Amino acid sequence: MATVRKGLAKRKRKEMILQGVGIGAIGFALTVLFILIASLVSTGYQAFTQTHVEIEVFVDPQEISEENLPRGGFRDVLSDSVGQYFPEVDMSDRGDARVLSSILSNGAQFKLRDMVVEDPSLIGQTISLKVPTSDPYDQLNKGLIDRDTPEEFRRLKDPELQNFDRLADLGLISKPLNTGLLSNADSRFPELAGLKGALVGSFWALLTCFLISFPLGIGAAIYLEEFAPKNKLSDFIEVNINNLAAVPSVVFGLLALAVFIGWFGLPRSAPFVGGLTLALMTMPTIIIATRAALKAVPPSIREAALGVGASKSQVVFQHVLPLAMPGILTGTIIGLAQALGETAPLLLIGMNAFITSAAGSPFDSATALPTQIFIWADSPERGFVSRTSAAILVLLAFLITMNAIAIFLRSKFERKW
Amino acid sequence: MYDAPTPGSKLDQTDIKITAKNVQVYYGDTQAIKDVDVDIEDKTVTAFIGPSGCGKSTFLRCLNRMNDTIDVCRVEGDIFIDGEDIYDRNIDPVQLRAKVGMVFQKPNPFPKSIYDNVAYGPRIHGMVRNKAELDEVVETALRGAALWDEVKDRLDTPGTGLSGGQQQRLCIARAVATKPEVLLMDEPCSALDPIATAQVEDLIESLKEQFSVVIVTHSMQQAARISQKTAFFHLGNLVEYDDTNTIFTNPTDSRTESYITGRIG
Ligand SMILES: Nc1ncnc2c1ncn2[C@@H]1O[C@H](COP(=O)(O)OP(=O)(O)OP(=O)(O)O)[C@@H](O)[C@H]1O
Ligand SMILES: [Mg+2]
Repeated sequence: MATVRKGLAKRKRKEMILQGVGIGAIGFALTVLFILIASLVSTGYQAFTQTHVEIEVFVDPQEISEENLPRGGFRDVLSDSVGQYFPEVDMSDRGDARVLSSILSNGAQFKLRDMVVEDPSLIGQTISLKVPTSDPYDQLNKGLIDRDTPEEFRRLKDPELQNFDRLADLGLISKPLNTGLLSNADSRFPELAGLKGALVGSFWALLTCFLISFPLGIGAAIYLEEFAPKNKLSDFIEVNINNLAAVPSVVFGLLALAVFIGWFGLPRSAPFVGGLTLALMTMPTIIIATRAALKAVPPSIREAALGVGASKSQVVFQHVLPLAMPGILTGTIIGLAQALGETAPLLLIGMNAFITSAAGSPFDSATALPTQIFIWADSPERGFVSRTSAAILVLLAFLITMNAIAIFLRSKFERKW
Repeated sequence: MYDAPTPGSKLDQTDIKITAKNVQVYYGDTQAIKDVDVDIEDKTVTAFIGPSGCGKSTFLRCLNRMNDTIDVCRVEGDIFIDGEDIYDRNIDPVQLRAKVGMVFQKPNPFPKSIYDNVAYGPRIHGMVRNKAELDEVVETALRGAALWDEVKDRLDTPGTGLSGGQQQRLCIARAVATKPEVLLMDEPCSALDPIATAQVEDLIESLKEQFSVVIVTHSMQQAARISQKTAFFHLGNLVEYDDTNTIFTNPTDSRTESYITGRIG
């Protein structure tokens, strides 16, 4: 009895240690995750708002005439418009005028141009225009430029601060939600740069990836699991599919570069090629998930169907596959989520080009979310720092959504036999 | 060994549905069935009895080639149904299974509606031309399986939602619906209560008017009640095969006697 008790204490201690290690590991993982998210949010949240300035613009017919559209002196019109709030400044002095109009984003003139092109009757009228400020003023407004820094180390000099404060005192500065983050394509100017191009590119790439890897993956899995004879060859294929799933993604990128772009002459930077490349990587995941799902269908169902005289393919397509579908879909979504975050192969096929419009088709040049993050992370402008974090948050949101759908599917279609 | 009725005499042949000759079954290297010869008569209930693991299910599954689906399983010897070698290369197991239906030990309805469970066989075999005919086939089959009254109001609910006994009767209905000529039943009543068992036994009784029924059972009483012929298996051998009456009252082999009286099992 005593020995048992002694042994029991020892066993309990061992159990405690094991549990402790487990809890510790989970705690560590959660801490790391928390730090990651917290750091992303703390730098990224600024990018979800954008400082705007609202100015009265007189669309001067002397600068802008209907015949010349879309050309015209939009820049000068804007700079005069800013000037009206600073009567003491001599706008004929080019240097002073440039300092003043630098408050406006470079995109302001294009916005004005588009408005006038759309509605030429604006010429000669005074309109109210709300445009993003340029990046340094955005930084200033968000408190990222410290006014106490000595002037020579500051991006904005004292007069520029005063100019901004004047506009702020007039109530012309606001900081609304940055819808441009999702609705603009990439730009050299951080205040104009958005994720639309990347989102569209990722969408085309994932669509291509899905349309290719889903049918091929399921087909291959069904053949291997249900029809292929079990022999050395099928073992060999199985091992190689598992290997394929473990091949580093950069290798697929090199392969795609050589084959799709080199041999087949498909366009560089195209989401279609990106999708093909991602399909190579997603397919093994789908095959493995599908085979597992097919295997999980109980043999009694197959026997039942065979027993009433169903053929092999009837058994597979009328009974086994429908029951395996939730598992297959879960695996597919997880595979696509992996593909969404994949960066290296897309860099290799040139999906990190600087492209300022969203792709209209899968064959147009585009970036994808992860490569856009890569590009922004590489950009020197201060404004891209918070945008990089914001883009990562957007990517994470998509990944979490996809994984949540996968989990939902799994629990919704929980075994019902 | 028992004395097999010599096949070939013209008179017998009309009566004999299934003939097995020198059947051997192997799972990999282990032999599960040894030298089984048996003639199963038409419009008769034949019971297979014997201790667990003696190969009853294995032999039963040879009769509709269900063993084909097990990779390691190998069948040797000849089995004839209506004089046709069912292991012949020209025989399609799919067609064979339409003719030789099977009810399994564990109820295994499809995770589909009750109606679809029963309608599945007739549908894939193209046995009906329209919905009305199909409805009728389904109703007849469910009535035959003594299930109609319980499920007639919920034919579109899932078959997996029925009780174990109801599920088994659903499986019987499903097998009957394809109008097989032979019905193989592997312990069909092991999941049923006495009332459902009695219903299934009645059903078997009426089924034998149309086809030959082969039933594996662990219940001596059941074998005695419903079968005309009984085969006793032991360790992969067919020890004795005779009229049920003879087997239960006057067995030739001492092993049969010990089993029946409950001394081996
Ligand atoms: N799929 C299989 N693979 C390998 N061996 C098997 C397989 N199925 C059955 N066997 C073996 O074949 C022998 C006969 O099995 P079988 O299922 O036919 O017995 P049984 O008489 O039906 O028993 P029970 O009354 O318990 O159902 C057993 O020894 C079993 O271990
Ligand atoms: Mg059995």
